[in-house]
Order: sequence, then structure tokens, then C-alpha cells
Amino acid sequence: MQALRRKDILGLEEMSAEEITLVLDTARSMREIIQRKIKKVPTLRGRTVLNLFYEPSTRTKASFELAQKYMSADSVSVAGTSSSLVKGETLKDTVRNVEVMGVECVIMRHPVSGAAHYLARSIEASVINAGDGMHEHPTQGLLDMFTIWEKKGRIEGLKVVIVGDVRHSRVARSNIWGLKKMGARVVISGPPTLMPPDRAELGVDYCPVVEEAVEGADVIMALRLQKERQESGLFPSLREYAELYGLNARRLAGANEDLLIMHPGPVNRGIEISSELADGPHSVILEQVTSGVAVRMALLYLLLGGVKEE
Amino acid sequence: MALIHKATVMDEKAMQQALRRIAHEIIEHNKGTENLVLVGVRRRGVPLARRLQAYLNEIENTSIPLGILDITLYRDDLTQRTDQPEVRTTDVPFSLENKDVVLVDDVLYTGRTIRSALDALMDLGRPATIQLAVLVDRGHRELPIRADFVGKNIPTSKTELVEVRVTEFDDAEQVDILENSVQ
Repeated sequence: MQALRRKDILGLEEMSAEEITLVLDTARSMREIIQRKIKKVPTLRGRTVLNLFYEPSTRTKASFELAQKYMSADSVSVAGTSSSLVKGETLKDTVRNVEVMGVECVIMRHPVSGAAHYLARSIEASVINAGDGMHEHPTQGLLDMFTIWEKKGRIEGLKVVIVGDVRHSRVARSNIWGLKKMGARVVISGPPTLMPPDRAELGVDYCPVVEEAVEGADVIMALRLQKERQESGLFPSLREYAELYGLNARRLAGANEDLLIMHPGPVNRGIEISSELADGPHSVILEQVTSGVAVRMALLYLLLGGVKEE
Repeated sequence: MALIHKATVMDEKAMQQALRRIAHEIIEHNKGTENLVLVGVRRRGVPLARRLQAYLNEIENTSIPLGILDITLYRDDLTQRTDQPEVRTTDVPFSLENKDVVLVDDVLYTGRTIRSALDALMDLGRPATIQLAVLVDRGHRELPIRADFVGKNIPTSKTELVEVRVTEFDDAEQVDILENSVQ
């Protein structure tokens, strides 16, 4: 397959294995550009991108902005708190206004699940979902898969364990959809209160004991534990969580020798993962960040490079 | 519309002779190969560059570096094409700084590919010189670009297609002229 025949990237649930492979292949070529001294290609000269972040973000936003710069696209970034959203303007109105200014692609992070789908239906410009509520974060899922693929040479047949608050995690959701399509086996682990109610539909196994879940694992992904979940009573204390589910060297004894340890960031050191592991030889947490720029360059090229067939 | 084979203008032997002659010309022009590197333009410039490299190495008893250039991201027609070209990886694992670069491609036609390749090369470093070697120059330039080393000049009409076939990608090693026929 040569081209991505879609306007938007909203979630991995609706993408095929073939499309995902095209993105990963293209990202591999983009990674070479990031390693150059002059990190810039003229490909998207004169194309305009809007970054619309209604939720705080450091690495996703920086990563998208760098990808746009490396591809020579022009971009404008608007943060939710400084925009007219606080003046009561609807999302659709905000973006329509920007669209008539000539924006061809909107990157959006929004606290409401489905916001990116709504936006994509409302405007002609391409939309890339940079995280919508508890639904999906497709570019994170793609960059995680790219990291695994680069390190392992394949995704098919691998055992991937996701540990933590899967229920509220759009990162986990995108990874599960993507990894399953690419032929990996996905196991989730963590307290039962933080497991997704639609586990069967997602097609993942649940193993409550981390030590058992990681038996023979090729990849372990720790999720960020959001402290506000404790306030809503889903787990008793951070200390107890760390004690029972926190990743540390002792707990991972049963995993494979060439295990990869991943985390989407930002890391709560000593809670979901020990510093020893996060900085250790199995950790690819920083590679994930580099992969992020390459994957986002690939998506920008695939959506904006060339003319879409009418 | 179908493509009809009109003529085979170079066979395997002619290609070998042309590339061997180019190798000698490169050595003569650069007074040796000391500062020389080769860069093949994807796709068919790459196997041709490999063949040139083998001749140069053999003649001068040396080992000349060879890089691979993908120019997709530098094309000037990305906003005009509906078939999005596939991006492949550029692989130039050595510095171009102050080198004499011989850029290798199969066919020189409008000059637009070479324009893209020059931009791509400049982003990788600042060579001392860039020279262009092509197996076939078929004319019809749209930009002020010329080749330093030419295997064969083949006058063509714009409705014709020059196809360089190499064993790495095709089932033969030869150069054909094809023509679009309207049925």
C-alpha cells in the first residue's frame, strides 16, 4: 500500500494493520532526517497546521511542533486556557474560524472523548487526534508500536503487558487496538477497579498479579497513575499501589531476557515504576520520545503530502 | 493506452562498456579517486552506482564509499500528484563535507529529479563539488542542469519512455524505448 486514503487520524480502532504498517514504514525513513545535522526537509512548505491543546501537554505538543518544523510546515499553536473557549465559543466555531484562515490540518487534544471525531465531521481540514478524553491517543499508540518494531524487528507474536490504570488510559486503549491488529498478545494487569469494563471487546487477557502477568513478556508498558483517581476511591493509597503493582526489578524476574520497558510519560518515579528500571538498560522511555517525532512526521506527510483524490 | 516496446537501445554489454568508460572519465576528471564518494538516486541510480563503484575500485585498487539518496521529500510535484510517492530511507553513512560527490541516476530527462537530489545533498553537508553521472541522457530539459558523465545520448520524443532495466529490480539488464499508443 502506498497512500493513506483517509482524511483524519482519530483512533487505531478504525485503522487497518496495512495502514499502521505504512505509517511505521514511513516513520523509519523520517527517523533518518532527525539524525541529520540539518533537520529539515522542504516537503510541507506552504502547508498550514493548527495545534489546538485544550489540555496540558509537554511532550506530545513539543513533538508535534518539532515534526511540523522538520517538515517545513507552518504552524500555529493555541492552548485551551488562552483561547476564546474560555469566552464561551464552541469548538466548532473556533476551528471554523481558523479553517477560513487556511489551516489544512488540525492537531487536537481535548478532555472530552469523541471530540476529535466531532471536529473531523465538522470541518474539511484533516484532524489528528492528540488525545480525546479516555478514548484514544493514536499517535502515542503508533509511536509505541514503532519503538517496539525498531527494537524487536516485529510486533506479531510478541507478548505485551500493560500495567496500571488501563480503564482511564487513552494511551492503553490505542495501544491495545493497534497491537492486537499487528498480531501481538496483550495482557493487562493492575487493580480490578482500574480495569476497563469492555475488556472482552478489546480482546485482552487480565492477570491481577503483576509477577504472573509478566511471565515470558517481551514488552512491559507502565501507565501513568493519575493521583486524582485515588481521591475517587479507586485505590487506597499511592504507597499501597506501589507496593502491589509498582514495577521494580524483583517483580519482573519472570520476564524475557531482552525485555523492553516502556512508559508514555510523565513518569511518577517510585510509584508505577522504580527509578532503577526507568533508567535501566531495558528502558526505552527516551527512544519513545524520538519515535514520537518520526511517527508524527510520517503522519503529516501521509495526510498532507500530495493531493487527495476527489 | 498501452506501452509498446519500440527498441532496445543498450544491451547488457553496452551498459557495462558505458559504465566502465564513465569510471575512467571520473578518474581522469578528478585526477584520481582520493576525495571521491558516490551517491545513487533511488531507485535505479543505486544499482548503477554500485556497478560504477566496482569498476572504480577495480581500476584504482581502492574502496570508494557509496550512499543512497531518496528524493521523495524534495520533489516539486507533491502538490500535483494524486498518487502519493512512497518515502524510502536516505542512507549516506559518511560525511559529504569537502568531498567530490558523483551523483548517479539512470535517466536524465527534465532535470527535476536532479534538482531535488541537489537540494537533498546540500541538506546532508557541503561537498567540494557535485558531479552528475547518468546512464542515459534523453533531452527535454526543463531546468538548467546538465550531466558531467553520460553513458549514451538518446534523442527521444516526449511521448516515448526510456526504461533502464537492472537485474536487481527487473528480469533483464538493458535499456528500452517504449511508446504510449492510443488505441
